[in-house]
Amino acid sequence: MIKPEDDIHAATAAADVEEPSSAVVPETPLWKPLGWAKSNLFDSVPNTILTLLALFLLWETIPPLLSWGLFHATWSVADGSAAACRDSAGACWALMGEKNRLMLFGVYPYDQHWRPLLATCIVIAMLATSAPRRFWRRELGYAWGVAVVVVAWLMWGGILGLPYVETGLWGGLPLTMGLALLGIVLAFPLSIVLALGRRSNLPAIKAICTGYIELVRGVPLVSVLFMASVMFPLFLPEGVTIDKLLRALAGITLFTAAYLAEAVRGGLQAIPRGQEEAADALGLPYWRKMRLIVLPQALRLVIPPIVNQFISCFKDTSLVTIVGLYDLLAASKAALADPEWRPYFVEGYVIAAAIYWVFCFSMSRYSQWLERQLATGHRR
Amino acid sequence: MSDAPVVELPVVELPVVELPVVELIDVQKWYGAFHVLKDVNLSVKKGEKVVVCGPSGSGKSTMIRCVNRLEEHQAGRILVNNIELADDLKAIDAIRKDVGMVFQSFNLFPHLTVLQNLTLAPTWVKHVPKKEAEDLAMQLLERVRIPDQAKKFPGQLSGGQQQRVAIARALAMKPSIMLFDEPTSALDPEMVKEVLDVMIELAGEGMTMICVTHEMGFARAVADTMVFMAEGRVIEMAPPEQFFSDPKSERTRQFLGQIIGH
Repeated sequence: MIKPEDDIHAATAAADVEEPSSAVVPETPLWKPLGWAKSNLFDSVPNTILTLLALFLLWETIPPLLSWGLFHATWSVADGSAAACRDSAGACWALMGEKNRLMLFGVYPYDQHWRPLLATCIVIAMLATSAPRRFWRRELGYAWGVAVVVVAWLMWGGILGLPYVETGLWGGLPLTMGLALLGIVLAFPLSIVLALGRRSNLPAIKAICTGYIELVRGVPLVSVLFMASVMFPLFLPEGVTIDKLLRALAGITLFTAAYLAEAVRGGLQAIPRGQEEAADALGLPYWRKMRLIVLPQALRLVIPPIVNQFISCFKDTSLVTIVGLYDLLAASKAALADPEWRPYFVEGYVIAAAIYWVFCFSMSRYSQWLERQLATGHRR
Repeated sequence: MSDAPVVELPVVELPVVELPVVELIDVQKWYGAFHVLKDVNLSVKKGEKVVVCGPSGSGKSTMIRCVNRLEEHQAGRILVNNIELADDLKAIDAIRKDVGMVFQSFNLFPHLTVLQNLTLAPTWVKHVPKKEAEDLAMQLLERVRIPDQAKKFPGQLSGGQQQRVAIARALAMKPSIMLFDEPTSALDPEMVKEVLDVMIELAGEGMTMICVTHEMGFARAVADTMVFMAEGRVIEMAPPEQFFSDPKSERTRQFLGQIIGH
């Protein structure tokens, strides 16, 4: 006996098979480059002019860039002197070899550099482990707990044989990563609370959340950081001080949360009212309803803007330099203070930019992968 | 389930005094200035099947949505299992646990599998152990005749299958009262029967049901009481035989003429 559902699936399957065949349209033969160029690049007078202009611009920019960055570049220097770079017309990538420790770790005590290096490696390894979906288990949470303790011990020291290093000396990549990661991790739950609060039926909660979001979104991050580090201590009772790094972190977190909240709210608005009604009718209390029904669907929808905000947050950490912290960019700048190497600031910034790019691009790719992974619920 | 010793009581034939399990007394509701429910009175006894019909905008959906507080009424009283629905959240929770609801647009949770849709509320609201909840869910899926779809996502099912899952999901909370809000209106015609069959079976098992629907065949088959609403009022309330053959109100006659007449 054929059940009705079998019929439906047979019909869908048939439709699936048919679709691609109708979609195959004879394409311009790509195997004939000349023919392709003629029909795509030189098929009209304006197109021909644009093509020639583009070729000219490429010819003007690419060869000199390659010549500077690759063919005439100096990759290493003897005895730490920039003399070899001075004689060359190309880029001075030797800067990387000479100043990498200062760029990556800032003013952290030189002989202790292995500590931030190891800490950074642990965090990157943990991030890589957390990425695949099959590792999303309770054990991963415990592993993060241990990793955080170990990283904190490595960075601060002060016990178990490591000399104490105060946060004012932290710098470079570990500082950037730490601020960005902690900023994101702390801002995310806060943003969810803010977004839910803004949609609340309770007028007081709604007013507070809306007010907070609008206030923080209305001011630049620089001013938030400035307030956190200069004005905030004025309101503290005498004798009480809060670590400068912590203040900057609080500033970044509070700022990022306001932006993220709006992204999350966008997702909440996209969920049909019927979902909440169904949850209500089943007797799920508010927080369970949000956690089990509404948020999993809403957050999945807004992965792109959320990751956008994460990337933004990662790069915005470079603003902590105005309150006297040496993040990756500031440390790179500081590394160029040496008069011997000062002329090669372009290389310095290119290297710092490349490091930022690697992190931001990884986040972007990961989010795209994650979107595909989590799309199962809506697959038809 | 208490462990108190079971005392054998003599069986006494008592006069049947059926207390209403759902009672609406002079219920009023406004959307802004618009008066949606006007002096609505309804009393549903245990095991009774009430079918509510009426033109669109007559307030019938709003009325049953008031029974589990998806909508708030502004005046009058609503009692479910003798608990009054007011602002007391505990009372609302208690009532919702015992009142299942099936929606016109299914409202299944698209990010969960069929099985998870069924086990979610029992595990998180009633704290039933996972295994037990899954066993119950499978039994219910058997009952609505789609056990083989348990691992699929709602989006992979047909409309009729989704609505049967929605019925099973409501039943998973073991409610004593079921509300149906136009359960077949969003379905393709060929899928209406499979859903109605499940509902008729449920009616046969003695479930108390309040059902907003225009399926008059279904109404004739299961209803104990027919309710006709128009413009926010209950116009007529009668047993189906009388309702269909000899409606008292002109308005009812008109309506029935429109939906059965062709």
